[in-house]
Amino acid sequence: MSTPWHAQTAHEIREAVASGAVSAVEVTQDHLDRIAAVDAKVDAYTQVWNEAALAQAAGVDAKRARGEALGPLAGVPVSLKELLNTRTGKTTCSSKILANFESPYDATVVKKMAAADAVFLGKVNMDEFAMGSSTENSAIKKTRNPWDLARVPGGSSGGSAASVAADTAVISLGSDTGGSIRQPAALCGCVGLKPTYGRVSRFGLTAFASSLDQIGPLTKDVRDAAIALNVLCGKDAHDATSVDLPVPDFTQALTGDVKGLRIGLPKEYFTDALSPAMREKVMGVVETLKGLGASVTEVSLPHTDYAVAVYYIICTAEASANLARFDGVRYGFRHPDARDAKELYILSKSEGFGPEVQRRIMLGTYVLSSGYYDAYYLKAQKVRALIKQDFDNAFQQCDVIITPTTPAPAFKFGEKTADPLEMYLSDIYTISVNLAALPGLSVPCGLLDGGLPASFQVIGKPFDEATVLRAAHAYEQAVPGIGKPAIA
Amino acid sequence: MSKITRADVEYVAGLAQLRLDDAAKDCLVHEMGEIIGYMDQLNALNTDSVEPMMYALDMSNVFRQDVVEPWLTREEGLKNAPSHDGEYFIVPRILEVDEE
Repeated sequence: MSTPWHAQTAHEIREAVASGAVSAVEVTQDHLDRIAAVDAKVDAYTQVWNEAALAQAAGVDAKRARGEALGPLAGVPVSLKELLNTRTGKTTCSSKILANFESPYDATVVKKMAAADAVFLGKVNMDEFAMGSSTENSAIKKTRNPWDLARVPGGSSGGSAASVAADTAVISLGSDTGGSIRQPAALCGCVGLKPTYGRVSRFGLTAFASSLDQIGPLTKDVRDAAIALNVLCGKDAHDATSVDLPVPDFTQALTGDVKGLRIGLPKEYFTDALSPAMREKVMGVVETLKGLGASVTEVSLPHTDYAVAVYYIICTAEASANLARFDGVRYGFRHPDARDAKELYILSKSEGFGPEVQRRIMLGTYVLSSGYYDAYYLKAQKVRALIKQDFDNAFQQCDVIITPTTPAPAFKFGEKTADPLEMYLSDIYTISVNLAALPGLSVPCGLLDGGLPASFQVIGKPFDEATVLRAAHAYEQAVPGIGKPAIA
Repeated sequence: MSKITRADVEYVAGLAQLRLDDAAKDCLVHEMGEIIGYMDQLNALNTDSVEPMMYALDMSNVFRQDVVEPWLTREEGLKNAPSHDGEYFIVPRILEVDEE
């Protein structure tokens, strides 16, 4: 075997473990060695669970030795975003306020991955409470883009994307509120899937904006995303917003056949805001799919320009409510100087939350405050309805929509931190998908000059992840991959 | 001129239970002014006849049986508390301390 295990996909590793070609312990040890070798440069990991990972892997090997059926992710090493609750280790949300928090329970997705015989390597960095697009808002450390260590990995699931791109995890679980899986996946050159809102249980996901948050996988290829989605989906009694729909086997959709598939290109996404080099790459994807028998039509999403404003009203409003629970009473940081209950709240929050989190709490409190509710929050909900309607109309004419994932490739540290609004605008192509509660998948489509990955996004109808995966997989099969970063 | 005044920032910080120093207040006057100003572009749209999208899914009440299930033990529930006595969370006094 010439390709090291850490450079392989989940489906390759699963097959090798199931056939006995390698043990889960060997695969896990290879990944732990890889972490030891390169993570000091990338800094994706906030916690590495050496012993727990090897014990979990030994459990998978024992299962095989007993002749029991193995799960669909048997022996596959996985990293977890810091905001997913786990009984193992800590759940810090990359925030000072939860620096010592040890969750007493596992998130539903963590249980499902464990039941599928995946192996958890540890936890990975993120923007504090998932608020950010570069992982620079982490209170723990800076995570670097494996393709260029002077650049950000994107965010908020920056550690997730960097770990998959650096081959220190095969799959990572992230969360996506306005692009937090797809944008870092795009900037780090891996595959990132945000399922339809309601597909995956959010139980055990620390809430940022509850009407937008969704958990999903970051993977090395589209097949792995389909396999992970099979594991993650389904109704959960602990999350009333999870949907009770049949879960298909998403790998069945990976036929390579896109004949007759109707692709929509939204004219509002292909404007001057898009770098010409990125446009060329995305149009290359469209040409490839056309060559495979898909048809292309221009569609219009007329309220696109309002999406960022709508998003930042809704997400900050919901965040200000969700984060009120960090009051220093039941868990989390408590300021030692608090003399009464009011001071307890004020001092603990003011000291515990970082600047971006405080900024969003302030914005959310403002838009919900007396006299402004109708002007901002209600107005945003109305425009959100119009944005959803735009997609409903567009999907009358097409089966999937293809866009760039980001207007430009990975940016440098500090490039956008001085201007919050400019940082917010780096999510213009991903935000609408959350507002309209649709599935979105980011897939690499080549390297730009300077060696940074470019990626496109496939958007589907609600709960039609199958068609999204089919289109992306057909493209992926038809072209050479982008290769691996050198990490230097 | 910022749309947001220093008095606005102080009022909202009070609602949000945040204590800000002078530099943070100055910064927020500027940043919130810019961001709220950006949000004001929504006013260009007439939405009088639009029903607000209150939630992501077209879902109404989700019911379940009201049955007790095993969940955290008291010990697990208390283990992350900054202060507890083994039975209850302990907090500082609820009545405000007189500042004088």
